[in-house]
Amino acid sequence: MVVANMTDFNVDNMKMRAQLKADGITEVKVLISHPMETGRKKDDFYQLIPAHFVQLLTATLNGQLVLEAQWGTGISKNPYLTFRLNGAAVGDIVSVTWHDNLGKTATQNIAVTPA
Amino acid sequence: MSGHMRQRRNFLQIVARALALGLMTPINVFAAIWNKAAFEALKLDEASNQLNVEVEIVSQEIDIIAPDLAENGAIVQVEVTSRIANTESMAILVENNPTPLIAHFTFTHGAEPYIVTRIKMAETSDIKVLVKVGDQYFSNTKNVTVLENGCG
Repeated sequence: MVVANMTDFNVDNMKMRAQLKADGITEVKVLISHPMETGRKKDDFYQLIPAHFVQLLTATLNGQLVLEAQWGTGISKNPYLTFRLNGAAVGDIVSVTWHDNLGKTATQNIAVTPA
Repeated sequence: MSGHMRQRRNFLQIVARALALGLMTPINVFAAIWNKAAFEALKLDEASNQLNVEVEIVSQEIDIIAPDLAENGAIVQVEVTSRIANTESMAILVENNPTPLIAHFTFTHGAEPYIVTRIKMAETSDIKVLVKVGDQYFSNTKNVTVLENGCG
């Protein structure tokens, strides 16, 4: 069994929720475990910590692209994101995928639930 | 003969590249191409230029909700809404950060031009949001006083 840590991204890497609200808008909240290193910070031995950050995040609703996010190093550690969708129904599938500058990636799917 | 072969190979390479570029174009619109020049720009204006922004129209129809005062610049929550019809994309920039461009969001197929995220702020600065609508760009700013540097 592999233990999750900062460099080992598994299915637990993302926490997601997609809730259909009374106004017909679905609110998706995403929390990602990621160091988001800028490349400008030094470690205890005064060595620069290499940049390590999520560059691209995409979200789909039932397989159709709804959001593309390009990120720099200025997104906080353990990135948090809320976005809103029109036209989603309970049971529809929201999928979020991210890619970082070191080629790591993770995807998570979640069904829309009533608020 | 070998010259001919070389020519032919060059031609095939050009065709392959053209095809690759042709294939890249639709992907470019939605995904996969990270705007390196814009994200690595050290000045706000340079980042805007790399986003192809020529003229910005200041708009109060862009709402930026962020604290007036942030204790810790490492985590500043920002909520951005564009009330401008047909908003295609939104960029978040922090003028005084070492690299001002923080994020660029493109909305399609019923996604609302609305984002909440958490950003790093190196020092007290304006947060600027740039909204793209067709060929036009709109912007608004919100100043945040930062007590503790958040870029490490």
